[in-house]
Amino acid sequence: MVIKTLQIKVKAGDWLVFALGLVTVIWLFMALWSNEPAGKVRIRSGNQIYATLSLDQQRTVDVPGALGVSRIVIYNGQVRFEQSPCRNQYCVHQGWLHKAGQVAICLPNRVSLELLGTKSYDSLNY
Amino acid sequence: MTPLTIETVADDHHIARLAALAITLHLAEAVLPSPLPGVKPGIANIVTLYALYQYGFGTAVWVSLLRVFAVSLLFGNFLSPTFVLSLTGALLSLAVLWLAQNLSEKYFSCVSVSIFAAFAHIAGQLLVAWLWLIPHSGILYLVPVFSAAALLFGTLNGLITAKLLATG
Repeated sequence: MVIKTLQIKVKAGDWLVFALGLVTVIWLFMALWSNEPAGKVRIRSGNQIYATLSLDQQRTVDVPGALGVSRIVIYNGQVRFEQSPCRNQYCVHQGWLHKAGQVAICLPNRVSLELLGTKSYDSLNY
Repeated sequence: MTPLTIETVADDHHIARLAALAITLHLAEAVLPSPLPGVKPGIANIVTLYALYQYGFGTAVWVSLLRVFAVSLLFGNFLSPTFVLSLTGALLSLAVLWLAQNLSEKYFSCVSVSIFAAFAHIAGQLLVAWLWLIPHSGILYLVPVFSAAALLFGTLNGLITAKLLATG
């Protein structure tokens, strides 16, 4: 196929690759740029789900991890790492999370938070 | 004193000429302002792609790596994070170019290869940035923007290369 004015030969597979790229980009925007408020938080420790909790209820959770206990606080529809036994404290500095799709990961302690939307599906597994 | 002469072959001349061109394009691009740090058209990759199609994979590797090293020396950021990001991007793109040689030329032109290489470039850079510079999931917010830029500029660079290969 030739784009006539420029005399560029574009082949069938190129359109396919471009379409695939476009789908990937749109999917990434949908998955990572959601503005939907989160309804639940999923707490993982190691490779297991430790708990899935509603953000509507205020509570403090102590999650045991590889290094020690991470203290996670749920307050007013938001969640954060309040205390962590890790050295660099990236998880704590990340602060409050409140949007669906947001994640906070403490790699040293192997504890992570993932915010889930209020819908029964989310854009990641829709 | 006998003059020092180095025997050069035609391949060396192609590599030198294309590398010089790639370095110039890279420098010219560095002067242009960018809306977001890190989002760049990567026009020097046109030269790498052209080298791959015209002279083969070996030449493309030489042209790409010579550019990365030479530009880092010119800017004075050799071995700095900027250089490491640039090198990672180049190496991943080259890996993809190597794999892309298996694509059927009947269905895929350099446009496809350019898009794949652009995504590989950005994936490598984001991975290094995330693992080393900003080990923070906040970088996930940048992923859609970078991938959109990769698709746009990958396609444009591929089209320009296709045009160059058709005329040159």
